[in-house]
Amino acid sequence: MLQIPVSLLTLVAGITVTLFSIWVGQHHSLLPVQASEQAPLVDNFFNIMVAIATALFLVVEGTIIIFLVKFRHRRGDDADGVPIEGSFALEVFWTAIPTIIVICLGIYSVDVYTQMGGIKPRNSEQIAGNLNKSSTAIAATLNDEGGDSLQAKTLKSPIIGITGENSKKPDLVVDVTGMQFAWIFNYPESGITSGELHVPVGTKVKLNIAATDVIHSFWVPQFRLKQDAIPGIPTTLGFTATKTGTYPIVCTELCGGYHGSMRSQVVVHSPESFENWLLANATNTDKVTDTIALSPEEILTPYARKLGVNANTLAAIHQQDYSN
Amino acid sequence: MTLAPTPDTSHHEEHPDFRVLGLLTFLVSESLMFGGFFAAYLFYRGLADVWPPHETEVELILPTINTIILVSSSFVIHFGDAAIKKNDLKGMRKWYKITAGMGAIFLLGQVYEYLTLGYGLTTNIFSNCFYLMTGFHGLHVFIGLLLILGVLWRSRRPEHYNATKHIGIEMAEIYWHFVDIIWIVLFSLLYILTRF
Amino acid sequence: MTQTQLQSPELPVNHGAHPEKWEWYHYFTFNIDHKVIGIQYLVTAFIFYLIGGLMAVAMRAELATPDPDIVDPNLYNALMTNHGTIMIFLWIVPSAIGGFGNYLVPLMVGARDMAFPKLNAIAFWLNPPAAALLAASFYFGGGSQSGWTAYPPLSLVTAPTAQTLWILAIVLVGTSSILGALNFVVTIWKLKVPSMKWDQLPLFCWAILATSVLALLSTPVLAAGLVLLLFDLNFGTSFFKPDGGGNVVLYQHLFWFYSHPAVYLMILPIFGIMSEVVPVHARKSIFGYKAIAYSSVAICVVGLFVWVHHMFTSGTPGWMRMFFTISTLIVAVPTGVKIFGWVATLWGGKIRFTSAMLFALGLLSMFVLGGLSGVTMGTAPFDVHVHDTYYVVAHFHFVLFGGSVFGIYAGIYHWFPKITGRFLNETLGRIHFVLTFIGTLATFLPMHELGLQGMPRRVAMYDPQFIALNQICTIGAFILGASVIPFFLNVLWSWGFGRKAGDNPWNALSLEWTTSSPPAIENWDTLPVVTHGPYEYGFNEEDDNSVRSGTKVEPSI
Ligand code: HEA
Ligand code: HEA
Ligand code: CUA
Ligand SMILES: [Cu+2]
Repeated sequence: MLQIPVSLLTLVAGITVTLFSIWVGQHHSLLPVQASEQAPLVDNFFNIMVAIATALFLVVEGTIIIFLVKFRHRRGDDADGVPIEGSFALEVFWTAIPTIIVICLGIYSVDVYTQMGGIKPRNSEQIAGNLNKSSTAIAATLNDEGGDSLQAKTLKSPIIGITGENSKKPDLVVDVTGMQFAWIFNYPESGITSGELHVPVGTKVKLNIAATDVIHSFWVPQFRLKQDAIPGIPTTLGFTATKTGTYPIVCTELCGGYHGSMRSQVVVHSPESFENWLLANATNTDKVTDTIALSPEEILTPYARKLGVNANTLAAIHQQDYSN
Repeated sequence: MTLAPTPDTSHHEEHPDFRVLGLLTFLVSESLMFGGFFAAYLFYRGLADVWPPHETEVELILPTINTIILVSSSFVIHFGDAAIKKNDLKGMRKWYKITAGMGAIFLLGQVYEYLTLGYGLTTNIFSNCFYLMTGFHGLHVFIGLLLILGVLWRSRRPEHYNATKHIGIEMAEIYWHFVDIIWIVLFSLLYILTRF
Repeated sequence: MTQTQLQSPELPVNHGAHPEKWEWYHYFTFNIDHKVIGIQYLVTAFIFYLIGGLMAVAMRAELATPDPDIVDPNLYNALMTNHGTIMIFLWIVPSAIGGFGNYLVPLMVGARDMAFPKLNAIAFWLNPPAAALLAASFYFGGGSQSGWTAYPPLSLVTAPTAQTLWILAIVLVGTSSILGALNFVVTIWKLKVPSMKWDQLPLFCWAILATSVLALLSTPVLAAGLVLLLFDLNFGTSFFKPDGGGNVVLYQHLFWFYSHPAVYLMILPIFGIMSEVVPVHARKSIFGYKAIAYSSVAICVVGLFVWVHHMFTSGTPGWMRMFFTISTLIVAVPTGVKIFGWVATLWGGKIRFTSAMLFALGLLSMFVLGGLSGVTMGTAPFDVHVHDTYYVVAHFHFVLFGGSVFGIYAGIYHWFPKITGRFLNETLGRIHFVLTFIGTLATFLPMHELGLQGMPRRVAMYDPQFIALNQICTIGAFILGASVIPFFLNVLWSWGFGRKAGDNPWNALSLEWTTSSPPAIENWDTLPVVTHGPYEYGFNEEDDNSVRSGTKVEPSI
C-alpha cells in the first residue's frame, strides 16, 4: 500500500506552501480599490479563497511535477508500474479534506452574505409602499397596461437584491432605470433626474432598480456589488460608499449591440459637496424641459446616439416622471 | 485482456430486441419536457392572485367526458395487448380499433373545445399555457393514434404479429399509456386545480 | 455465449448485410456502423471547431483595441453568440459524446454495435441540418445576437428571424443528444459482454453512462424553455414578456436547469478519456476505480441541483442563493476525487510522455485552475462581483478549453492508432501541445484579472485601461489558431502515411485493443471474454506478455 510520505522535507514544503499561499492571498492585488462597506467583506472572503486555491493548486501541480520527474519512463525499462489499485485511507482523506474546506467556505459565504445585507427578512408592507410611491414611471406604465392580475403580480413579486440592513431605513433612496443603452437616476425626494449617480460618502443608499426594455445589470466594480435590472421585476441594491471619488457604473448583462457602451459613473461626494450638488441640480428642476433636453445628450454615449435611439424616448420618460 | 475464443459463435450474432427499453428511456426523457411545461405553469400560477384570470376560465364538462374516454381507452388498449399474447389477432385488432376510435374522439373533443372556448392562444398568460400544454399533449395523442393505426395496418397480414412477436403492439400500448398519464397530470393542473 | 439470449422470445435484430470494408464514400452516407458514425461525429465536429475558432479569432481581433473598429457591434454579438453555440453544441458535445462515445463504447463493452444502430445514425444526421440552420441565421437576419444563453426579452427583440432559426437548431441538436443518450444507456446496460462484470466496465463507459442519464433528464427541459421562447417570438404568446404578464427569470431557470448539467455533459466524457489515457501511458492501474466511477454518478446527481449559481444577480431570493452556493461547492468534492485519483495513478508508474499523455497532463493542470475559479464563483457574495465579467469567461475557457478540448486531443492521440491503424506523428504532436499550452495560458489567464478589475463580458468596446491585458489575450488567440495547423497537417498526413501501429500499440488492456486496428466491421470475429479488469497494469506480469499479442510497436519518443 501507498505510504503517505512524512518526512522533514514534506513538512518544510507544506509550511512553505502554506505561508506562500497566505501571502498570495493578501498580496495578489487583483481587485480594484474598495469604495463601499461591502467591498472589504467580499475582498477578505476572496483573499481567503485565493489563499486556499493557491495552496490546493500548488499541492496538486507540485505533486504532478514531482511524480512526472520521479516516475518518468526510462529507456529500456519495459516493466509496468507498481500494482496498486487504490488506498481506502487515502481516498477517505482526500474526500474529507475538500469536504471540510467547502463546508467552511459555504458557512463563511453565508456569513459574509448576511453581513452584506443579502438575507434580511423583508417587511413586504413597507416595500410595497415604497414601490407605489417611488417606482419609476416606467414601472408604473407596466402596471397600468397589465390590468388587474398584473398589478397584483408585480406587487406580490418579491423585492430582491442586496438590500442593506432593513432595520435602519436608508438615508437616501434613488430610483435607477436601465434602458438601451443608458442609466437614469431619479432622486424621488429632491426630484432630480440625472444620468450619473451622485451619493454622499458614508450614507446608507438604497437603489430601486427597474428596466424598461431588456435586462441590464448595475455594477460598480469598486463597490463589489451588482444587481440585474429586470423588466417587470423590481429589484433593490443597498450600499454605503466609503471613499469619495468617481467610479464607473458598468452594465454587465448583454442588452444589445451597444451593451459595451452602456456605462455611467457614480460620484461619491463628501457630505458638503453632495449638498452643493443637490442645490445646483435642484435649481434645474425649475427648467425641467432643459434637463430633459440635455440629459439624454449627456447620458447617451456616442454609440447609442449613432443608433438614433432614445433621445425622444428618454424625454418622454422624464416628462412622465415629473407629472407623477 | 484475454481473447479466449468462444466456441461456436457465428459471425452475425443477433441481440434481443431492446426497443421497448429504448422507448421507456425515451419516455422518461419526454416526460421531463412536459415537466418543464408543468413547472412553468405552476410558476405563473404561484405568481398570480387570481388564477385563471377572469376572462379565461376553463369549461369542465366536456373535458371531463374527454378524460373519461382517454383514460378508459388505456384499458381498452390493454385488452388488445392481452389478446395478442393469447395469439388472438382478431381480438387485438378489435380492441385497437376501439382505442383508435376513442383517441380520435378525444382529439375531436379537444378541437371542439378550442373552437368554443372564446379565448385564444394569445389572450393572457393562462391561455398561453393552456393552449401550449393541451396542444403539445394533443400532438402526442395524434402520434399515438398514428402508431395504433400503423399497428392496425401491419396486422392485416395475419403472420405479422403473434403471441411471441408483437413488439410493435407493445410499444404502441406503452406510448398510449404515457399519453394518458400525462393527460391525467395535465387535467389536474389545468382543470381541477383551477377550481380550487 | 449469446446462446441464452437468443432463446428470448423477442425478435432478434439482424444488423443486415454490409460490405467487407468501408470505402471512403461510405462515410458520407447514412451508415449505421457505430465506428463510421463515431468518425462522422469527430470530423464534422472538428470542422465546426475551426469555424467557431475563427469566430473567436475575429472577436479577439476586434478586442485588440477598445473601439468597435473591426466588426460592427451587432456582428460582434452574432459572432460571440454563435461562437459559444457552435463550440458547445457542435464541437464539444458531439465530439466527446457522439464521437468518442460511439466509436468506443461498443468496442469497450464487447458489443458488435450500439443497441439501436439506425437511431444512432439518425441522431448524427440531425446535426448537419442544425448547422445549416445556424448558417441560415446569418443569411436571414444577421445571426442571433443574444448570447448562447438567449435571455429574453433581449432574444425576443433582437434579430427575431435569426433567433428563431437558432432555436430550431438547438432543438435539433438537443433531440440528437437525447437519442444518442438513450442509445448509450441501453447499450451499456444490455450489450456489455456477459463475462464483463460491472466493476470491469471501463471508466469511460461509466462516464458516458452518467453523461447520458444527465442528458436524458436535462435536455428536454431546455427544449421546453426554447419552445416557450419560440412561441413568444412567433406566435404572440407572452411567457417571457413582462408587459404581458410573463416572467423573464423563469426562462433563466429553465435554461440553466439544462445548461448547467450541460457543462458536465461536456466534461464527464472527458474525465472518462482521462481515466483511459492516464493509466495506459503511465503503465499503472487507475487509482481508486470505484471512487472514480461513483464520483461520475455523484457529479451527475449534484449537478442537477446547482443551476441557480448562474443567477445570483437575477433577483433570486437570499435563501436560494445560499442553498445553491452550498450545493455548488459540494461538486468540488467528487471532482477532486477524480483529480486526486489521476495524480495518484501517476505515482509509481512508468510515465511515457507521448502526445496523448502530454495533453492529459495539460488537462490536469488547466482544469484544476478552472475548477478552483469555479468554486470561487460558486459563492454568492463573491459571484455578485464577478458575474458576467471576463472572470467568468476565464473560468469556463479553462474548464472547456483546458479541460474538454485538451481531453479530446488526448483522446485523439491515444485512439488514432485504433481508428486508423497508424500513429500520429509525435514531433508534430509535441509542437501542437506546446503551442496549445502556451496559447491557452496567454489567452485565458489574463482574463481573470480583466474581470476582477471591471471588464464585463460580451462587449465589443471597452474601457481603454484594459488594453494591455486584452492584447495579450488576442496574441494568445492567434497562437491558439496557429496551434491547430500542426495538428491538422498531422492528422491528414498520418491517416494516409503515418507509421503503422499494429493492433495494440500502447499495450493497453481494455477491450477495444483486442481487435484489429482499424477494427473489422463487426468489431470481432468472436466476441472476447473478459478475464480481468481494464487497468491491471503490472499485476500479472507473466501471462500479460502472452496476452498483449498485438504486434508491439514502440511509439517513437
Ligand atoms: C466543462 C465545463 C465546465 C465545468 C466542468 C465547470 C465546473 C464548475 N463551474 Fe462552471 N461554467 C462553465 C463551464 C464549466 N464549469 C460555463 C460554460 C460557464 C458560463 C456560462 C455562461 O454564463 O455563459 C460557467 C459558469 C459558472 C458559474 C457562473 C458564473 C457566473 O456567471 O457568475 C459558476 C458559479 O458558481 C460556476 C461554477 C463551477 C464550479 C463550482 C465547477 C466545479 O465543477 C469545478 C470543480 C473542480 C475543482 C474544484 C478543481 C479540482 C478539485 C480539487 C483540486 C479538489 C479540492 C478543491 C476544493 C476543496 C475547492 N461555473
Ligand atoms: C468548448 C468551448 C469553447 C472553446 C474551445 C472556445 C475557444 C475560444 N474562445 Fe470562447 N467561448 C465559449 C466557448 C468556447 N470558446 C463560450 C460558451 C462563450 C460564451 C459565449 C456567450 O457569451 O454567449 C465563449 C466566449 C468567448 C469570449 C468572450 C466573448 C465576449 O464575452 O464578448 C472570448 C473572448 O476572447 C472567447 C475567445 C475564445 C478563443 C480565443 C478561443 C480559442 O481557443 C479558439 C482558437 C481558435 C481556433 C482553434 C481556430 C483556428 C482555426 C484556424 C486559424 C483556421 C485554420 C484553418 C485550417 C487549418 C484549414 N470566447
Ligand atoms: Cu445594458 Cu448591457
Ligand atoms: Cu454551472
